[in-house]
Amino acid sequence: MTQSFAPGADPATPPPAATSSGMHGFLRGLSGKLVIIVPYLWLLVFFLVPFLIVAKISLSETATAMPPYQPTFDGLTGFLSKLSSFSFDNYLWLTEDALYFKAYVSSVVIAAISTVLTLLVGYPMAYGMARAPTTIRPTLVMLVILPFWTSFLIRVYAWIGILKPEGLLNQFLLWTGVIDTPLVILNTHTAIFIGIVYSYLPFMVLPLYAALEKMDHSLVEAAQDLGCTPTGAFWKVTFPLSRPGVIAGCMLVFIPAVGEFVIPDLLGGSQTLMIGRTLWNEFFSNRDWPVASAVAVILLLLLVIPIMIFQQAQAKTQEQGR
Amino acid sequence: MNGGGWSRFNIASVTAGFAFLYLPIVLLIIYSFNASRLVTVWAGFSTQWYVTLWHNQALLDAAWVTLRVGLVSATAATVLGTMAALALTRYTRFRGRLLFSGMVFAPLVMPEVITGLSLLLLFVALGVDRGMMTVTLAHITFSMCFVAVVVQSRLLTFDRSLEEAAMDLGATPVKTFFAITLPVIAPAIISGWMLAFTLSLDDLVIASFTSGPGATTLPMKIYSQVRLGVTPEINAICTILIAIVATGVLIASVVNKRREVQRRRDEQAAQRT
Amino acid sequence: MAVKSLNSIRRNFSPWTDPAAKPYIQFENVTKQFGDFTAVNNLSLTIYEREFYALLGASGCGKSTLLRMLAGFDEPTSGRILLDGQDLRGVPPHKRPVNMMFQSYALFPHMTVEKNIAFGLKQEGMASADIAKRVAEMLKLVKLEQFAKRKPHQLSGGQRQRVALARSVAKRPKVLLLDEPLGALDKKLREETQFELMDLQQDLGLTFVVVTHDQEEAMTMADRIAILDKGEVMQVATPQEIYEAPGSRFVANFVGSMNLFEGEVTRRDETSADIQIGPDLLIRTVNPGNSERKAGVNYAVRPEKIRVSSKKPEETGVNSAQGEIFDIAYLGDVTNYNVKLDDGRIVKATVINSNRLAEDPLTWGDRAWISFKPDAGIVLTR
Repeated sequence: MTQSFAPGADPATPPPAATSSGMHGFLRGLSGKLVIIVPYLWLLVFFLVPFLIVAKISLSETATAMPPYQPTFDGLTGFLSKLSSFSFDNYLWLTEDALYFKAYVSSVVIAAISTVLTLLVGYPMAYGMARAPTTIRPTLVMLVILPFWTSFLIRVYAWIGILKPEGLLNQFLLWTGVIDTPLVILNTHTAIFIGIVYSYLPFMVLPLYAALEKMDHSLVEAAQDLGCTPTGAFWKVTFPLSRPGVIAGCMLVFIPAVGEFVIPDLLGGSQTLMIGRTLWNEFFSNRDWPVASAVAVILLLLLVIPIMIFQQAQAKTQEQGR
Repeated sequence: MNGGGWSRFNIASVTAGFAFLYLPIVLLIIYSFNASRLVTVWAGFSTQWYVTLWHNQALLDAAWVTLRVGLVSATAATVLGTMAALALTRYTRFRGRLLFSGMVFAPLVMPEVITGLSLLLLFVALGVDRGMMTVTLAHITFSMCFVAVVVQSRLLTFDRSLEEAAMDLGATPVKTFFAITLPVIAPAIISGWMLAFTLSLDDLVIASFTSGPGATTLPMKIYSQVRLGVTPEINAICTILIAIVATGVLIASVVNKRREVQRRRDEQAAQRT
Repeated sequence: MAVKSLNSIRRNFSPWTDPAAKPYIQFENVTKQFGDFTAVNNLSLTIYEREFYALLGASGCGKSTLLRMLAGFDEPTSGRILLDGQDLRGVPPHKRPVNMMFQSYALFPHMTVEKNIAFGLKQEGMASADIAKRVAEMLKLVKLEQFAKRKPHQLSGGQRQRVALARSVAKRPKVLLLDEPLGALDKKLREETQFELMDLQQDLGLTFVVVTHDQEEAMTMADRIAILDKGEVMQVATPQEIYEAPGSRFVANFVGSMNLFEGEVTRRDETSADIQIGPDLLIRTVNPGNSERKAGVNYAVRPEKIRVSSKKPEETGVNSAQGEIFDIAYLGDVTNYNVKLDDGRIVKATVINSNRLAEDPLTWGDRAWISFKPDAGIVLTR
């Protein structure tokens, strides 16, 4: 389910009507239209409209009443009259309070570092899998996917018991004599890095594996035959050819990691600033919905570019696949 | 990287990678059988925490809610996701296709906090009481996109001449869909359903936003206990969940593998006749 | 003329020479565009009932598009297609009285052989007892009785091909369309199956339209062949005509191997013509063609019509020239020579090895004569 992602940016501009001109009879007529209309409407109502609401609420005044915002949804006239009362106060609030800015920056930084670390762990692993005997490759792929099926929460929770000062890692290190006082790992950035690398590793490995597996190994042999050193052949042939996989993998890790909530909350301790957590707190603890919405809007804007890069990389690999 | 074989470096990196992936889960399972209340100090084998789980009514209630939400949302998401996949692969040009494909693929990478918050605000704006229904609607929305991706990748390799052959032999388009297309892509639809079900089972963030009183899901329950600290009970419930999912996935893959082997054997036999 | 006598070599079936014969399938000025690409360009064809008609061409020539338009999977951009006088425009595939055998066979993977064959009959609403009878009949026809309960993946390639065939003829369609029917079979099986297909067509009395890129296949099976290139018909004729009297340089080069000598007609009358090819070779032919064109004509002669000998032919001056053996390819049944004439021209000649040891052994660099009879080739002006 990694290589098959988005066809992404669709080059064909939509024609004036929903005709399937090139298409012969399949699902022609009403049943064909239903196939488009039903999921389309569903996504409009439950995906697009909610975003518009978020954008709108982020522009409304904070009120103490429950729900904690002035509803601006009383018909078109009400909507128009309220239009003037739109305020950018919530956004101004975000810029005034350094907390938010720091949270955004540290989210991006933490996500970027984690992505690089995941790539460093995932690349040799995917490469080794792609070079494994063909008979055991499907088993290896299944072993990478299997953790994905087990709960995210559980996998993050498992690390608490390992990283605690009196946890299993420290017990082990003390026992071997490498250290004589327990390391403090839990509730630090290191713990977040470990958590993200661990949780998102399958997302990195699978696209990398898909790119490396279909690569013809005789290319590397040809490069070596023509005088490249093994290292040179790797950087000049293997790595460039696996680039679509690298981009897809990195985006699949980076994008959700920026907005990650569970990992910083459970492993990062109270002083960790990440925007997903800030949003959660703003929402559940401070009950300031407009500010939470403004936080979400800016987070989304931050992620638009990586999402587009991701979709383009996917479109490219799909073209090559055919 | 030396030559064509599986080098020692390759084997070492794969082994290390899998150790990293599996060791924490294995440790978690082992310590669920710890007799001591202190999770990290081994004090002998015991199954007592599993017994206490059985008497934890709140936990059982949450599990029941999760199961019902999962079954309903996975089924609905499979129907909608399959339709979306058909729309994307079979209709290359219709008004607003770009927006449609964007809406199908964006939720895959969307941070959960955003999806959760936006859906909650929708429910509030519509004046819907939050509860199991809203959680289910939210889960359908994001998991249908995963189903769409799984089914779409199957449809892309689907041999269209099968459908043409059916119509050529006199089947109407609708009949063709139900007699040919659906049975052939059924394995992808089933795995789409399984994926949707596990996604629903696992989800914490979106459920936390969209759920209301009386509709606490298992991940929410686990999360609230985890925040209070690591306990063997949580290890025990995690172990049960892992066991359920692992059994399901293993059975599915064994069945698949058997079928694959049988198929290969049949094909070889066919070549001999 | 020589061309006319070629028609009767095959079975006595040639409705296209009968002006009173009623056409069965007609393509009238059909054009098909996919976006900017013109797959079929203002093409007209006539196919008669019970004919075995082959569409031959390289990939991308539009032959499959023609077939798909006949089956109803694509509609022509302009022009019309008539079947037995009825315009097919707007008739969906499932309502057309034609059936198709797909290149990939398109056997339904989840159904047994029996169910596959019965599929079309069920859509017709045939009674189940009749279906069973017809399926048994079809299985017998393709000799797959003991495989009825198998699924497609449990069959070999040849068996799958026969299931596909049985399924497409089970409904007794008026016309059977075959898209590269033998393309996926190995050479030996292909040769056997060609004759089976011809027998089947004769026995059932069906009209066959077959698409192929394999000229041998088309030559063996078809009553007539349409040669297509870039969406246009280059020539429609019987296999013998196509081979011995190609209408253009394209057809001459496309089918089999051909020597083309470009030169100038120096003399022409009703029954013969002289063509001067360079300074050394004068050709005298009894097939002068009917074009008045003189300069830049081509004389086309097949390699197997050319004799190669170290001895000087009895008659020199016409239809013979001297050169040097340039290349030899010994293929067992025949030997192919490339002879480089003294003016630098390369001539291909094929000699049948009718004796185990050649009487006239020629080797690289030997001086040799090439010669041919006055009726060996034809004049091409296109």
